[in-house]
Amino acid sequence: MKNPLKNSALGITLISILLGLFVGALILLFIGYNPIEAYSVMLNGIFGSVRYLSWTIIYATPIILTGLSVAFAFKTGLFNIGAEGQYIVGALTAALVGYYVPMPTLLHIPFVLICSITAGSLWGSIAGYLKARFGVNEVISTIMLNWIALYLNNFFVLNEKIKRPGSEATNKILDSAKIIFFDVWKKSPDGQAFRKAHPFFNDIFRTPANAGFLIAILAAVLVLLILNKTTLGYSLKAVGFNKDAAEFGGINIKSSMISSMAIAGGLSGLAGAVQVTGFTREASALAAMEGYGFEGISVALIGANNPIGCVLAGLFYGALKYGGSKIQPRIGAPYEIISIIMGTIVLFIAMPKLIRMMKITKKKEAE
Amino acid sequence: MNNYDFDQIAVEMKGITQKFGSLVANDNIDLTVHKGEVHALLGENGAGKTTLVNSLYGLYHPTSGDIFINGEKVVMDTPNVAIGHGIGMVHQHFMLIKPFTVVENIILGKETHKHGVLDMERATKEVMELSERYGLTIDPTACIQDITVGMQQRVEILKTLYRGADILILDEPTAVLTPQEILDLIKIINNLTDQGKTIIIITHKLKEIKDVADFCTIIRRGKKIDTVKVADVSESDLASMMVGREVSFKVDKEESEPGDIVLEVNDLHVKDNRDIPAVEGLSLKVRRGEILGIAGVDGNGQNELVDALTGIRKAESGEVLVNGNNILGLNPRGILDHKVSTIPQDRQKRGLVLEYSIAENIIIENYKKAPFSRKGWLNFPAIREYARKLVKEFDVRPDDENYISGSLSGGNQQKVIIAREISNNPDLLIAVQPTRGLDVGAIEYVHKALVAQRDKGKAVLLISLELDEVINVSDRIGVIYEGKIVGEVKAEGADENEIGLMMAGGSNS
Amino acid sequence: MLLESIAFLLGTTLMYATPLIYTSLGGTISENSGVVNIGLEGIMFMGAFIGAAIGYYTHSGWIGFLAAGVVGGLFGLLHAVACISFTADQVVSGIAINFLGPGFALLLSRLMFDGAAMTLPLPLDEKISRPLNGLFPQNSFFDVILNRYSTVYLAFFLVLVVWFVLYKTKLGLRIRSVGEHPEAAATLGIDVYKIRYMSVIASGVFAGFGGAAVSVAIVSQFRITLISGQGFIALAAMIFGKWKPQGAMWACLLFGFAQAIVVFMPRTGIEVSSQLLSMLPYILTLILLVVFVGKSVAPSADGKIYEKN
Repeated sequence: MKNPLKNSALGITLISILLGLFVGALILLFIGYNPIEAYSVMLNGIFGSVRYLSWTIIYATPIILTGLSVAFAFKTGLFNIGAEGQYIVGALTAALVGYYVPMPTLLHIPFVLICSITAGSLWGSIAGYLKARFGVNEVISTIMLNWIALYLNNFFVLNEKIKRPGSEATNKILDSAKIIFFDVWKKSPDGQAFRKAHPFFNDIFRTPANAGFLIAILAAVLVLLILNKTTLGYSLKAVGFNKDAAEFGGINIKSSMISSMAIAGGLSGLAGAVQVTGFTREASALAAMEGYGFEGISVALIGANNPIGCVLAGLFYGALKYGGSKIQPRIGAPYEIISIIMGTIVLFIAMPKLIRMMKITKKKEAE
Repeated sequence: MNNYDFDQIAVEMKGITQKFGSLVANDNIDLTVHKGEVHALLGENGAGKTTLVNSLYGLYHPTSGDIFINGEKVVMDTPNVAIGHGIGMVHQHFMLIKPFTVVENIILGKETHKHGVLDMERATKEVMELSERYGLTIDPTACIQDITVGMQQRVEILKTLYRGADILILDEPTAVLTPQEILDLIKIINNLTDQGKTIIIITHKLKEIKDVADFCTIIRRGKKIDTVKVADVSESDLASMMVGREVSFKVDKEESEPGDIVLEVNDLHVKDNRDIPAVEGLSLKVRRGEILGIAGVDGNGQNELVDALTGIRKAESGEVLVNGNNILGLNPRGILDHKVSTIPQDRQKRGLVLEYSIAENIIIENYKKAPFSRKGWLNFPAIREYARKLVKEFDVRPDDENYISGSLSGGNQQKVIIAREISNNPDLLIAVQPTRGLDVGAIEYVHKALVAQRDKGKAVLLISLELDEVINVSDRIGVIYEGKIVGEVKAEGADENEIGLMMAGGSNS
Repeated sequence: MLLESIAFLLGTTLMYATPLIYTSLGGTISENSGVVNIGLEGIMFMGAFIGAAIGYYTHSGWIGFLAAGVVGGLFGLLHAVACISFTADQVVSGIAINFLGPGFALLLSRLMFDGAAMTLPLPLDEKISRPLNGLFPQNSFFDVILNRYSTVYLAFFLVLVVWFVLYKTKLGLRIRSVGEHPEAAATLGIDVYKIRYMSVIASGVFAGFGGAAVSVAIVSQFRITLISGQGFIALAAMIFGKWKPQGAMWACLLFGFAQAIVVFMPRTGIEVSSQLLSMLPYILTLILLVVFVGKSVAPSADGKIYEKN
């Protein structure tokens, strides 16, 4: 009786994932590719080597964080479509602070992360403020803020004084701001020698393996603690479930909305920082949305808004993205099948009613 | 009373059973309504009256049973079938589209048109003809959001007549009306039956049944108890049939011993959501050891008064003193800190976070305080222990503090709220419609709890739309009309008619 | 010089407003029936591809345009099935559509155009026609403003049609009624599901047209960055226009004008960041939302799940 939904939510998620993969297989078959071959290329592309696994984790890291961002907001009754924009301002901040504010490594990394979290927080709290103060629906305001963030990013990145000559990106961040494991050492003669002797580590060091994943896990644990063990989480969830009752009980719902969006924005900002300091090392001009925010929404949905679920869902999505990138070069099947699979999974998760009906018919057939 | 035709049966429902999962809402109910009669369906909240008429109107599909209209068996698949057989329904919560005009609302679904293009001129003409024939005054081009509740109800009735309804179902039609509007409605009902219409009226108000109905069918817990000729029975007969035992609505209590003033409201002004003044210069006082009841028709500023007293809504001007301190302008938290507790009107909307457990709901006003939390971390053992104590003390069932509040029955949800508010040890307890939708046993429990608080020396402010409740529970009664207290009487020996007159805006001098 | 500038600005405004008008009309219809469709972006993306691809293979921009409407309608149907029959959260379903639209568009593009994420360009004479070409002297004031692709005139004509249908017909009354109070409409025998299905499918058709209005008229091919965000701007325009077709049209013209200024500024030599100008529509929308404080102008049941008993 305590939580009858929990099990069935997990069931619906798993069935949705299977249906998504199944629809993907059907489409592959229809357009003339062998789905078994395609999926085995993908599986091999994910688990085939330590290097692949490392890449999978690198792909998963930012979307775990944006997923946590969306999930946190969800838990508190808000739909954060704005993870994308918060990610962008976080990434831009990391690129700028990582290049223009030289510091010793031990200080520089935390400083960059905190700056990005703050930037994402502020960006997120705009939507929270607009909702609390003016009743503006956060779905609409965050969509608008996403595009404002994109153009703001381009405005800075393409500024002649900021732009790296001959590119459409900022300067690469300083070594002191990188969270890539042993980034300097691994290219040094010592490091090269070590890598020759240890093929396992060499495999890892061939990728920009970084501390981002650990940061993401830490963030997940933190979110879990905040939501379940603290007065802050208690009050934010109360507002999310029933803001009238929360208000009546003396909880300040306006400041709750703003806090909630600030925390969600901070998580997305952190995602941007981790991506820049761990992988891209720069912020570049964007012609279109990169999709980390929207992928985060999928991650949150697949992870049933549970922080641990988000980590698993993020890894799943990261694997699909990275493994999926192998099918085009290997067997020529279009990479976009991944978007279709994800879209299908999200669509099915949105329709628990359909899946419940399918379950019931199955049961009836069995009887 | 009307000249109904005994030979012509308009509606016959035979053996209607309606199950929702394991819940049996209607259990083998028979109903016979003659042409031209006014037939009342009487029962407590949740007895199954509305379910029964929803089956008649095609909104629900009975698990078993048959429906005959004018002798013909009809399967009511959809409201369209019901409409086609001359049945019209006026829902308790009006089914009107606020930004649409009166005429648009009336013709919707049966529009006058030429090749799909609306012909509003003809529609208006037809509607006005109907309006005049039955004496249903309306303003055809006004938007619903701008007209009175009484006119909205007339629009609803016109909607059914426009569809050629001969059998009208009125679901709790008087709940939202002023006494004067109720008289108008009775006149309209008589007009309708004079012209051969049949009326089924759902209500739990005995007086109205005596005033308007020819026959009355009593439903209790999904079962039909009896159909009686209204002229042959008394109100108390009807009441005991409805409840299932002799009911005394009297609450046992001693004479009150009022002490110091706890709540003093002076010249309070509050606006409603649409920015229209709702509370206009209201003043009242409540002392320790007494219950002040506020009687009034819905929509006379009660909600806005409560919202202002609890800090949900900003007041325009005035003064609200609690133990001499002005609390106006404080947020809900600040007002709680002045030892004011409130049992809200809507327990599911404002009273409880339904997704939270009983324990989590119990601490919602105090979660930041020791021992429930320390430095921002919740202390679950302390929370559960405290909740367990209250669950026992207030006899909440099931007695499990981890139980999810949304799964509790209405009465037990109310107990959780009462436990929480009373355990705050307030100086002032505000109770708003505290028994709405509860069964008789739970109502008695709530009434006793309020009196017990009074006897402990608390000040209690009771705001209710049920006049009986106000008269029986309170020590003094203030009548609210158009945002003001227009009169005050002692509850002991209060004259219901006198109060009713004040509720309708008549003077008390 | 001044006249030339005005003509250029107005003409460019019309050009850029057109795709937005189609899509925001779609949003207007859908949301008036009570279904939020943030999948318009993905459908527009798909429409842009289908328009260009079918246009290329059939040698007719018009056939491409119509095909885009048909495929857009299919995506609308998908959204309708999810949101109406299976009571999905409308925003989540819209997000799924925003994955599926681009996913299918690019997948098909790679299959039909030899692995490329763009279509081959339509020859000039196979694009949508310019019926007023030659009516005015070339590059004269009116020529620059009014000599446009037929899709431009069609868009404005459709504004009129949608306005008429919504406010003057039986169907329109019903669409608005199910968006305001579906339970009330249902008690009057109106089939809420049917009306909503029609409206959501129509929104897909319009968004498909909107996408094709870019790919076979403004330009002559589909590229991956062609739509980037126009579906969301159209959504903003609909809100800006208070959920009314004529309001949405004015908002689209305003956003089109903002875009025209972005194109125009470099010609003047005035240094204004095009990036900052591009933010304008979004900032305007935010300001507008704030100004509307407390005045709920959206249909009452917009975005709410309605379930039959």
